[in-house]
Amino acid sequence: MSDSILNARIPEGRLEDKWQNFLDSCKLVNPNNKRKHTIIVVGTGLAGASSAASLAELGYNVKAFCIQDSARRAHSIAAQGGINAAKNYHDDGDTVWRLFYDTIKGGDYRAREANVYRLAQISNNIIDQSVAQGVPFAREYGGLLANRSFGGAQVSRTFYARGQTGQQLLLGAYQALSKMVDAGKVEMLPRQEMLDLVVIEGKARGIITRNLVTGEYERHVADAVLLCTGGYGNVFYLSTNAKNSNVTAAWRCYKRGAYFANPCYTQIHPTCIPVSGDYQSKLTLMSESLRNDGRVWVPKNADDKRPPNQIPESDRDYYLERRYPSFGNLVPRDVASRNAKHVVDDGRGVGARGVAVYLDFADSINRLGVDAISARYGNLFDMYERITGENPYEKPMRIYPAVHYTMGGLWVDYHLMSTIPGLFVLGEANFSDHGANRLGASALMQGLSDGYFVISHTLGDYIANNSFPDVSDSNEAFAEVESESSQRIEKLLSIQGERTVLEFHRDLGKIMWDNVGMSRNREGLGSAISEIQKLRDEFWQNLKVPGQATTYNKNLEFAGRVADFLELGELMAKDALHREESCGGHFREEYQTEEGEALRNDEEFTYVAAWEYSDLNGESTLHKENLEFERVAPSQRSYK
Amino acid sequence: MKLSLKIWRQEGPDKEGRLVRYQVEANPHMSFLEMIDVLNEQLIKAGEDPVEFDHDCREGICGSCNMVINGVPHGPLRGTAACQLHMRHYKDGDTIVIEPWLARGFPIIKDLVVDRSAFDRIIAAGGYVSVDTGSAPDANAIPIEKVKSDTAFDYATCIGCGACVAACPNASASLFTASKIAHLALLPQGDAERKTRVVRMVDQMEKEGFGDCSNHGACEVVCPKEIPIDAIAFMRREYMKAVLS
Ligand SMILES: Cc1cc2nc3c(=O)[nH]c(=O)nc-3n(C[C@H](O)[C@H](O)[C@H](O)COP(=O)(O)OP(=O)(O)OC[C@H]3O[C@@H](n4cnc5c(N)ncnc54)[C@H](O)[C@@H]3O)c2cc1C
Ligand code: FES
Repeated sequence: MSDSILNARIPEGRLEDKWQNFLDSCKLVNPNNKRKHTIIVVGTGLAGASSAASLAELGYNVKAFCIQDSARRAHSIAAQGGINAAKNYHDDGDTVWRLFYDTIKGGDYRAREANVYRLAQISNNIIDQSVAQGVPFAREYGGLLANRSFGGAQVSRTFYARGQTGQQLLLGAYQALSKMVDAGKVEMLPRQEMLDLVVIEGKARGIITRNLVTGEYERHVADAVLLCTGGYGNVFYLSTNAKNSNVTAAWRCYKRGAYFANPCYTQIHPTCIPVSGDYQSKLTLMSESLRNDGRVWVPKNADDKRPPNQIPESDRDYYLERRYPSFGNLVPRDVASRNAKHVVDDGRGVGARGVAVYLDFADSINRLGVDAISARYGNLFDMYERITGENPYEKPMRIYPAVHYTMGGLWVDYHLMSTIPGLFVLGEANFSDHGANRLGASALMQGLSDGYFVISHTLGDYIANNSFPDVSDSNEAFAEVESESSQRIEKLLSIQGERTVLEFHRDLGKIMWDNVGMSRNREGLGSAISEIQKLRDEFWQNLKVPGQATTYNKNLEFAGRVADFLELGELMAKDALHREESCGGHFREEYQTEEGEALRNDEEFTYVAAWEYSDLNGESTLHKENLEFERVAPSQRSYK
Repeated sequence: MKLSLKIWRQEGPDKEGRLVRYQVEANPHMSFLEMIDVLNEQLIKAGEDPVEFDHDCREGICGSCNMVINGVPHGPLRGTAACQLHMRHYKDGDTIVIEPWLARGFPIIKDLVVDRSAFDRIIAAGGYVSVDTGSAPDANAIPIEKVKSDTAFDYATCIGCGACVAACPNASASLFTASKIAHLALLPQGDAERKTRVVRMVDQMEKEGFGDCSNHGACEVVCPKEIPIDAIAFMRREYMKAVLS
């Protein structure tokens, strides 16, 4: 292991002034010169669409790529609950400082102070920008914007658009992108998958993509590449992520020299619809906002099998309210999830499989009326009923935690640049702002902050400070990387073994969920590593991919992604094994307080673990970015 | 439960397509797409090509999934995308016919997968507010009547799936286009460009080969977001106002 200290290029000055100091001193690109630069944006979720639009507005030539048939379908579309901002429109005491503080504390002191502060500062601009684009956020009768509360905060700072906040924000960004397509400044290339990065003279200079309709490989040259490719929760097979969410782009960049940071930090969301059977293909989130008005409980006694409505108050355990009187049902996600696991492990789980807890709205319905609850959560209740066939107005919801978000990702400095110059990483694909646990309503904020407000300045600084010798797509490096990509695809098709991609993916998911999920220990992590290796070997010998490489072929796409998940899973386990502490979503059974809360080890682990891939043996080397807390003193997180 | 499926198979854009019969064993808790997953696993194991279909979120919000189920885009349930349909609505022995969107504006790529890029081009013809990043006033500077904002929202929920086109006897994209026009025209932010927007978007829709609207109303019935057809009347008024002024 190497202890080299990564330079995060954090600007000088007081925490409050750092971003301004950067803006005052960064280099600018002359407006006439911007059009001489082509920038590749991979991904059109919140981070990708917002950055592609903003950079094109500034005058850069942008090429944007996505897997789906339209930019508008990126996974961000599914975000439900809301987006945070420190507007303090309701004068309940919110400030930029508090949003910063809640986010740093929520991340269990494993995030970079300067990044998080900048995020809180920018949060307000995002709301202004979105409203100006026509995003129909919820409003009060007076015509002003409404807010709701989310976990981990005691102020009401979450802006929302019914249960479709991600949809409305993404449509805003997609429309901004479409405006620049219309202006001829963005070339939009949907149904294209980035397969690899091309690095020339140490700088990211392009990508290889595969046209998912024709199977053709394409070479795209640029002066910088922005990776906005989302998170890797699907390594667990079952997650709340969309089916196309994957790690491939980030993983190939890792193999070209970008460090992968904190891969083991995974968020398990407490309120999802439980698994119903083996055929299950994904899990559906029930927004955290439901915890504003829903109460979580299980029966006090493990053998109480009565239907929920027949269990009297005295026989119910509202365990979150009992254990955390001041935050109650609004404790952060990691705490809520772990507690659900505890009561289920205790045998007190509910539902046919016994792997669920109740989320009960009866009290709120009595207090506020059915109409008020339906106005707040109508679409979520409908969604629940559609899936389960049960009516949550009459019967408490059954919920259970599910993999939802990955805090880890490619390492980036304050400029959002990876360890490969010219490769920038935005949104969920980077590791930057959420530490070991992300608070609700802050991923949308981060993706849009990165994309609308940060990258335009930091990318400009990079372009202005570097020279870009002419590169054409006939350059040898492009030919080489393309040929590696095509050989891989051919290999996947040629195995013609016995087992399908889906079977391998499910097997991997089970190993990950059992050993690298909500609760981890040394032995389980060790066995996960060897089981994953075994599964990977089998994959390359016994995989069966149907069809051809020259037509639309979803199975072939998925095969490539699962191949990468099979490598990533091992690195996640390795990272989890090395981090001998519990923090946020990373809970190591060996390290807990007497009350069963996460026990950090600040002495030894106040750092970002950034893993470097080594070509030689496929092993990875650990590098550390030490985290310095100048303004907040890490303390044991308490939500009691 | 045992089901008979008849699924549209077409190898490529210029190939002939046909309905092919399959048998599958489903479970009432499965989603419709999970039932097709099961079929596809079966086909792969048997050395056949699986049925290609677009899907992503599987929760009715991304607009990827598109199949005509027993003649109805997205199947029998109102306000429900195909991915949100569950097998409990079917019974043992049922026959289900599954076809792609069929419309001039949506050429077939393979099996159930079609090319919907025309929708992106319609949005790019003005379906936005021209506000560059960083130039926005404070979000609360312009209060918006709640009722108005809620109505705009009802139109803004369109997921761009194309079911409206698939259901329409004229293969018109009017409901899709109108819902964006109505969303933006109802908000003060969208007001400045409302005239040019409606004219350009409607022209683009025609250029893409979508038919006219003859008030048939099939679009509103199949819309997974239940966007009301009055959007189209709104669009027509907007268009008239724009060209007459
Ligand atoms: C169900 C759900 C609800 C959520 N609710 C909230 C919420 O209420 N509030 C909140 O703050 N956060 C929420 N989140 C988290 C948040 O939605 C995501 O973290 C965020 O949207 C990620 O945005 P992104 O732009 O980074 O990536 P994504 O939206 O995931 O976009 C990734 C893009 O990259 C493209 N891509 C990926 N790989 C490739 C490749 N190899 N080649 C080409 N293109 C590629 C995809 O096509 C896509 O366009 C939720 C998440 C889920 C799953
Ligand atoms: S798969 Fe997203 S709407 Fe059906």
